[in-house]
Amino acid sequence: MILVAAMGILLLLVGYALGLAFGSGIAGLVIALVVWFFMNLIAYFQGDSILLAMSRAIKIGPDDHPRLYNVVEEMKIASGLERIPDVYIIDDPALNAFATGRDPKKASVAITSGLLEKLNRDELQGVIGHEVSHIKNRDVLLMTMCSIILGTIVILAWYGSRALFFSGGNTRRSSKGGGQAQLIIFAVAIILMILAPIFAQLIYFAISRKREYLADASSAQYTRYPEGLASALEKIGASTYQLKTANQATAPMYISNPFRKSSGAPTALTSTHPPIQERIRILRAMAGASYADYERAYLQSHKAGGRVMPASALTAGAVGLRSAQPEAALGAPQPSRLERTREVGDLLWQKSGYRIIDCGCGTRLKVPANLGRVSVKCPHCGKTHNI
Amino acid sequence: MIAVYVIAGIIVVLCIFFIFAYNGLVRLRNQVKNAWAQIDVQLKRRHDLIPNLVETVKGYMKFERDTLEAVTKARTTAQQAIGSGVGAQAKAEGELSSALTRLLAVVENYPDLKANKSFLDLQEQLTSTENKISFSRQFFNDSVLSYNNQTQMFPSNIVAGMTGFKQSEFFEVKAEAEREAPKVSFEQPKT
Repeated sequence: MILVAAMGILLLLVGYALGLAFGSGIAGLVIALVVWFFMNLIAYFQGDSILLAMSRAIKIGPDDHPRLYNVVEEMKIASGLERIPDVYIIDDPALNAFATGRDPKKASVAITSGLLEKLNRDELQGVIGHEVSHIKNRDVLLMTMCSIILGTIVILAWYGSRALFFSGGNTRRSSKGGGQAQLIIFAVAIILMILAPIFAQLIYFAISRKREYLADASSAQYTRYPEGLASALEKIGASTYQLKTANQATAPMYISNPFRKSSGAPTALTSTHPPIQERIRILRAMAGASYADYERAYLQSHKAGGRVMPASALTAGAVGLRSAQPEAALGAPQPSRLERTREVGDLLWQKSGYRIIDCGCGTRLKVPANLGRVSVKCPHCGKTHNI
Repeated sequence: MIAVYVIAGIIVVLCIFFIFAYNGLVRLRNQVKNAWAQIDVQLKRRHDLIPNLVETVKGYMKFERDTLEAVTKARTTAQQAIGSGVGAQAKAEGELSSALTRLLAVVENYPDLKANKSFLDLQEQLTSTENKISFSRQFFNDSVLSYNNQTQMFPSNIVAGMTGFKQSEFFEVKAEAEREAPKVSFEQPKT
């Protein structure tokens, strides 16, 4: 929250400084607030549907992929959301997932087919728990507002600095008396114009990283099983696929930085997500499942660092961990990697309009919708099937 | 003159604080009630899944009639226990869980059944329902914790005392039946 306030103050400072340089500090402030207000309006009416359409996400129902839908519903119950988010699958081999929705009542969760194939049920629960907590903690709203503040600062700084450079020669108004004072204000304004966007961006990234830690801790609290998310993150970190349709503006909402370079250490200050290895280490060092346990595990590797969890989250009592999925007692056989791949593949074929015909020899025929023929022959055993 | 304004200001601030604290308590208490109702929703969902399970399994497991009957009986008992108090309900649900666990342990002996798609779908639904039951209990206990904290911690405990908000109880699983490990018998089915 301090960081968000810092960003807001930076915005007001920029507005005021700009105003001062042109004559009236208050007018500059008002203009800054007006610009910010209009940008808010524009962002508010831009639906999540645009983002989902850009990612080519396919909406699924409870019958399309029961396991995924059930896991989302379990996390909805564990987190206390009022309404289950819409569930989408993105046809992409990259391993990623994101959440969207400014209002918890109108939210969506999307996961790539690559990730869905790779994870077992515990890991899937961890990832979905992380995404659902972004919705529950209103991170989407927070990051949107922060990006608007950031955008306003950048706009003001850009136009302000251009205007100042071009009008720098003439002293606009001498109501302030000596030209000396005017010059100093001028210089300060220019410096602020240059530095403010940089600082604002750094603050924005810092806020994003903090919310990522909070989402990891929330996921551990909901599932009572941080090892699930840790092992999922391990799989994600080992992958080198780049997500094709990632968007700069919504990078904070993905579970792993979609613009992460696969080699070399990530530049920590300008990244929206903390390094994956560190997230895994903290999750595995947790002794319990509460936010306080996450805080303690975080402080183990950050001796000098400040707090990472918001103060309000640390008041709850102790929360114990559970062992790996108790479903093992129910004897539920977990689908293997191959079965999961087939499951997701078949679902995507179906959603693209193909018909799935099971041949007796074990082959599954995928028939396009507009084939024009009345029957097809199985390529393996030659048996004819009517469409 | 100033003193009057100051006192009026303090009174206004206190009123505002009182309103916020009261509303917070109401919200948390309603969340507790809602969470309790959610547990019942999930329990009922499990009841509804069982007849389907028994039908799917019956054809394959001709020699496990006792186990199947135990499951059906436990389900009826659990359905009748709804509304007869938390203790009785928890006990009946615990016995249903045990009966289900025994049934699914026996399924290991029937590879045909394990490969059957409708059985696998059902098993996923059952697994998920068990998870949802435990998550809804978990959320209930978390809600009770938040609510109890709010009724006890400093400034809101004054408001709670004044307006009669009492603490809630946690949902503890005291039924021994739920905690015992399933006993699997390795007798050969009689041909």
